[in-house]
Amino acid sequence: MHGLAFDIAHFLAGGMVVASFLLLYQDRLSALINVFALHSLVLVLAVGWQATIQEAHHLYVTAGIALVFKAIIIPTALHRIVRRLGIHRTLEVVGGVGRDMLAGTALVALAILVMLPVTAGADALAREDLAFALAVVLLGLLLMVIRYNAVSLVIGFMSLENGLVLAAAGARGMPLAVEISIAFSVLIALIVIGVFLFRIRERFDSVDMQAMDTFREGRRK
Amino acid sequence: MSLPLLLSLAMALFAVSAYALVASRRPGCSRQVYSLALAVCVILLGMALAHLLAGQTSATLTLPLGLPWLGAHFRLDALAAFFLIVVNLGGAIASLFALGYGQHEQAPERVLPFYPAFLAGMNLVLLADDAFSFLFAWEFMSLTSWALVMAHHQEPANARAGYLYLVMACFGTLALLLAFGLLAGPDGGYDFATIRAGTVNPGFAALVLALALLGAGSKAGLVPLHVWLPLAHPAAPSHVSALMSGVMTKVAVYGFIRIAFDLLGEPIMWWWGGLVLALGGVTAVLGVLYALMQHDLKRLLAYHTVENIGIIFIGLGLALAFQANQMYASAALALTAALFHVLNHSLFKSLLFLGAGAVLTATGERDMERLGGLIHPMPWTALAFLIGAAAISALPPLNGFVSEWLTFQAILISPELPQWLLKFLVPAIGALLALSAALAAACFVKAFGITFLGRPRSPAAAGARETDRYSLSALFVLAALCLLAGILPGLVVDGLAPVVSLLNGGAQLMAQHDQPWLTLVPVVDVKSTYNGLLVLLFMALSGTAAALLIHRLASNAARRGPAWDCGFPEANSAFQYTAGSFAQPIRRVFGSIVFQARERVTMPPPGDLRPARLEVEMHDPIWERGYAPIAAAVVALSGRFNYLQYLTIRRYLSLVFGVLVLLLLGMVLWR
Repeated sequence: MHGLAFDIAHFLAGGMVVASFLLLYQDRLSALINVFALHSLVLVLAVGWQATIQEAHHLYVTAGIALVFKAIIIPTALHRIVRRLGIHRTLEVVGGVGRDMLAGTALVALAILVMLPVTAGADALAREDLAFALAVVLLGLLLMVIRYNAVSLVIGFMSLENGLVLAAAGARGMPLAVEISIAFSVLIALIVIGVFLFRIRERFDSVDMQAMDTFREGRRK
Repeated sequence: MSLPLLLSLAMALFAVSAYALVASRRPGCSRQVYSLALAVCVILLGMALAHLLAGQTSATLTLPLGLPWLGAHFRLDALAAFFLIVVNLGGAIASLFALGYGQHEQAPERVLPFYPAFLAGMNLVLLADDAFSFLFAWEFMSLTSWALVMAHHQEPANARAGYLYLVMACFGTLALLLAFGLLAGPDGGYDFATIRAGTVNPGFAALVLALALLGAGSKAGLVPLHVWLPLAHPAAPSHVSALMSGVMTKVAVYGFIRIAFDLLGEPIMWWWGGLVLALGGVTAVLGVLYALMQHDLKRLLAYHTVENIGIIFIGLGLALAFQANQMYASAALALTAALFHVLNHSLFKSLLFLGAGAVLTATGERDMERLGGLIHPMPWTALAFLIGAAAISALPPLNGFVSEWLTFQAILISPELPQWLLKFLVPAIGALLALSAALAAACFVKAFGITFLGRPRSPAAAGARETDRYSLSALFVLAALCLLAGILPGLVVDGLAPVVSLLNGGAQLMAQHDQPWLTLVPVVDVKSTYNGLLVLLFMALSGTAAALLIHRLASNAARRGPAWDCGFPEANSAFQYTAGSFAQPIRRVFGSIVFQARERVTMPPPGDLRPARLEVEMHDPIWERGYAPIAAAVVALSGRFNYLQYLTIRRYLSLVFGVLVLLLLGMVLWR
C-alpha cells in the first residue's frame, strides 16, 4: 500500500512539472490559460492525495481552495480579461522552443541536485515533493523571464505560486490560516494585476512589455 | 541606591522633552523647559558629586527593557560618576544661560523638544552597562544633537554640516558596534560585566582599540575624523554648541576610556599608547593651526575643541604606555592629567561658547572681522570671556594650566619607559603639546583682541548691548569654577582619585589634601610642585605693587607731544589690525606647509583704476586628500550603477532568476 501511495504522489507531483513544461511553449494566450487550469487541477489532485495519505484533513480544504480559485475562478477571469482586451486570437512570439525546453530540463536537474542532498534526513515522499516543487517554481520563473506579454507573466507568477503550495503540502502541510491568507492574497494580486492590465492597455494600447519599454524615460544604454 | 533615582531623573528629562513637544509654541514654554532641565541637571550633578566624593561602591541595576535575552543593564561607578558631573554641570549651566538666551530663539519648536532629550541621552550613555543600551543611548545622543544642529536648517551651510555630521556619526557608531561585537565574542556576552570577566586575544584586542579610536574619536573630533565637528558644533544654537563642544565630546572620551581602560583589560601593548599619543599630538597641533586660520568666532572655538581633545588623548596615550609597562604610579599621573583636562575643557569651552553666544545675540555676527570694541558695551561678558580665554591658553593661576602642567609632568617621566620608540616619541609629542599651547595663546589673543578690543568694525558691533542677567550669571559661574579649579587643584585631584584607581588597577596619585598650603605634588619624590594659590597671591601682589608704583612715581601732569598714531591715523575702523592680519605671520610660518597657503598680489598696471588685490588661497589637506577622494569614488560608483534604476521588468526578473539559479548552482557545487 505504501508503495502504491508513494507512486501516485510521485506521479501527481511529476505531472505538475510536465504541466509546467506545457506552459513553456504555448504561444496562444487562451491555450496558455487552459494549460494553467490543468496545472492547477493537477495541483488539486496532488494536494488531495497528500491529504489522504497523510490523513491531514485540513489539506482537503487547501485542495478545495486551490480548485475553486486556481482551477476555476482565476482561469475564467483571465479568459474574460484576454477576450476584453481582444488579444485572445493573437499569437505571442515564443522564441526558440527547443532552447526553452533545454533550459527547463536543466532547471529540473538543478532542483533535484539541490533538494535531494539537502533533505537527506527527511522521508522519501517529502524529498521528491520538495524537489518537484522547486522545479515548478523555477519553471514558473523561467516562464516570467522568457515571455513579453503581461498576461503570460501573470500565468508564470500563478504557476510559481502553485509550486509553493505543492511544497507546503508535501512538507506535512502548513497551517490552514496561512494557506487561506495566501490564497486570498493571490486572488487580490489577480484583481490588482487585472486592473493594471486595463490601465496599461488604456495608456499604451498594448500589454506587450517590449512595447512599453519604449515609453520609459531616462533610460540609459 | 542612587542609581534608580538617577535613571528616573534621566527619564524625567524625556518627560520634559515630551512636554516641550506639545507646548513649544506657547509663550513662556522656553523658560519652563530650561528651568526644568536646569533643576534636573542640578539634582543629577549633586547626586553624582555625592557618589564620587563619598567613595561609594559601584551600583548595578538590570531592567527588563531592550533586547529580551539581554535586558538593560545600568551601572554607576566612579568613572561614570565623574563624567556625570561633567555632563550635568555643563547641562545645568547651559540651561541657565538658555533661560535668557532661549528668548531670542526664532524656532523654539525645533530646539526645545530635543534639548532635554539630548541631555538625557548623554546621561544614559554614561550609565549604560551593556553594549546594546550603550549604543542605543549613543545613537540617541547623536540623533538629538543632529536635530539641534539642524535647528536653523534654512541656511545651506547648516544643512551641509548636518549631513556630514550624520554620515560621520553613523560611521562612528558602526565602528563601536564592531568593537563591541569583537569584545562580546561568539557567545554574545554583551553586558559589560561578562566582557570585563572575559579575555580577548591580542590581535582582536588591538582591533578593538583601533575601532574604539575610530568610533569614539570620530565623535570626539580626533584628526583626521574631525571634519564634521567645526561645521556642526557652530551650526547649533550657542548653548547647544557649548554642550556639544564642552560636554558631548567628553562623552566620546568616556566611551574610549570605558573600552580601552575598563572593558579591554590586560594585557596592554605598549604600541597602543604610542598610537594614541601620536594621534593626540597631531590632533592638538592641527586643531590649533586650523583655529588660527579661522575668523568665525564659533568655528574657531570648535577647532580649539579638536586641539583640546588632542591634549586629552595625549594624556590617555601616556597612561596606556605606562600601564603596558606596569608603571602604575606614572599611569595614575597621566590619567589624572587627562581627566582633569576633561573637566577643565568642559568648563572653559562652555564658558567661551556661551560668551560667543552672548556676542552673537548682541550683534548677530559670528565673523570676527565685523566685530570689535565690544568691551565697552559688554564689559561683563568681556571679562568672563577673557577669563575663559586665559584658562584655555593655559595661563596660571587658571585651571587650564594645571592640567597641561600635569600632562607635561607625565611626559617628563617618559624617559623611564623601556621602549626606545616611546623614549623618542614622547618628547616629540611634548614639543607638539608645547607648540599647541603657545599657538592657542596666540589664537586667543586674536579672538579676544579682535572681538572685544579696538573699535567696532560694523554697525551691528557698534550697537551691541550687554547680555541678560541669566546669561551673565552662567558665564560667571563658569569663570569662577575655572579660577577655583586653578587655585585649588589638589581638591580636584583628590576627587579624581577613585576614578584613577578604578582604571589603573588600584594605583592613584598621593592624597593632596594634607599637603601644606594647598600645594599640588604629583610625583612622590617631590620633583616639582605647583601652588595655584601662591601664584595667584604673587600675581595679585606684584600687580598691585606695580600699579601703585606707576601711580606713585609717574607724573600725572598732562603732557603734549608729537602724535604717534600707531598706524591708525584716521578714525576709520577699517584701518585697525584685523583677524586676518593677526594670523598672517603664523600662516606664513606653518600655513605654507600644512595648508599650502599661497598669497597672490594682483597689482593693476599704472593708469588702471582697479584696486590692487591680495588673495590668500588655502587648502585643507585632510579634506582634499582624505575625504574628497572617498566622496568622489562613491559618486562615481553610484553613477556607474545608476543604469540599474532604469532596467525593464524582464531584465529585473532575469536578474532575480539568474541570481537564484547561480546560488542554487553554488549550493550544489559547494556540497
